[in-house]
Amino acid sequence: MQESAILGYLPILIFFALAVAIGGGMVVVSTFLGRKNPNPEKISTYECGMVPFKDARQRFDVRFYLVAMLFILFDIEVVFLYPWAVLFTRFDPVIFGFVEMLLFIFVLLFGYIYVLRKGALDWS
Amino acid sequence: MENVWLYLLILLLKMIGVITFALLGVPVMVWVERKGSGHIQHRHGPLYVGPFGVMQPIADAIKLFLKEDITPAAVDRPLYFLAPIMAFVPALLTFAVIPIGPHLQVADINIGLLFVMAISSMGVYGLVMAGWSSNNKYALLGGLRTAAQMISYELILGLSVVGVLMYSGSLSLQEIVKAQEGVWLGFIPRWFVIPQFLGWVLFMVAAFAETNRLPFDLPEAETELVAGYHIEYSSMKFALFFMAEYVAMISISCVMVVLFFGGWLPLPVIGPIVESILPVFVVSYLMPVVWFLMKIGFFLFFMVWVRFTFPRLRYDQLMKLGWKVLLPLAIFNVFLSGIIRMAGLT
Repeated sequence: MQESAILGYLPILIFFALAVAIGGGMVVVSTFLGRKNPNPEKISTYECGMVPFKDARQRFDVRFYLVAMLFILFDIEVVFLYPWAVLFTRFDPVIFGFVEMLLFIFVLLFGYIYVLRKGALDWS
Repeated sequence: MENVWLYLLILLLKMIGVITFALLGVPVMVWVERKGSGHIQHRHGPLYVGPFGVMQPIADAIKLFLKEDITPAAVDRPLYFLAPIMAFVPALLTFAVIPIGPHLQVADINIGLLFVMAISSMGVYGLVMAGWSSNNKYALLGGLRTAAQMISYELILGLSVVGVLMYSGSLSLQEIVKAQEGVWLGFIPRWFVIPQFLGWVLFMVAAFAETNRLPFDLPEAETELVAGYHIEYSSMKFALFFMAEYVAMISISCVMVVLFFGGWLPLPVIGPIVESILPVFVVSYLMPVVWFLMKIGFFLFFMVWVRFTFPRLRYDQLMKLGWKVLLPLAIFNVFLSGIIRMAGLT
């Protein structure tokens, strides 16, 4: 059982290798095909025709970071919901499983409301 | 020993079939999009290359292969070269578990849906890497926006399928399709879209955002970011991002059809009539693929239709919609489907 379950992933591994070969192949092929005629103007960073100023390595809005953090939190909630949903009809009694998950969702909803009130999700 | 080789041969054929399906879908989709947009905007669209311009995407592909491959001086080279591959591979890899027919599936793993969710979210790495490694302000902004948008809507995508899982009792995509067999009242198919209508709407909106399609195409909003994360890419490296986007569109349509529209199961009413005429061999081997293609074809056309009908959202509107409207709705959907499912059991 254990062995066959792992063996089931073998096709995916082969498929992955094929996908990488196709993707990588295209990058390699395109570097060989087509003429190569670079000059300093052509390989400078694109900035709508202006002379580029400064680097792109600058500070950016902290809200992007905040969104990533909140995502981790809520994504884990989603992952916890999956096994529960799959087994939903097999709880005995069903209401037990439902109420238990309600408590879990309630705790997270509490966190969500806190985040909302703090204004972490305001973008304007 | 002989069986092993036979198994590998069949596997290889299946893979070639699925990859051809995915990659051939790209030029078809490009043509449908250009022709469709043309007619929606009262113009002709591609017209000259081949009949009705069907060969236009092929001509474009050849052109892209032969274009000069410019590598800007300021880029971070290893990441810059890796990014298009990182964007393309996850998009294609999701096809490994998608059941195109009852037999045409590369790997029927029992956590199929989890695999799709996990792999499709890997695509964001490629786009962020592209945005950062280009060392361009537009690209960086595009990459960051992509990351924030995709992870926000991934939550909704993930939550919207929880209701489906309550009905299917399995994560295997093949099992999910089989759980939708049969009809209600003689003609209404037991597709999950009916008990899970809200879930489907949420999935649909999130799918648009995940594939960076209008009205959610802020990562590459051309009027403000020029092209977004792939601004510094040219030739086939640009084409890889382009392909990744289209392959992702096709794969998310496939997943949607599998979860909510009965996958390769026949269409209601006309399905049984058509299948009663055709020979058994055709019905069992060919028709499921035909039904599947018809269903995803509709949704792919729908995506083009929406693109040329709705205006783009502003970024703060996008985040507000995701976090303040759709996320609570998705949680409510879990709650609601729990109650409906319990009522159905007793």
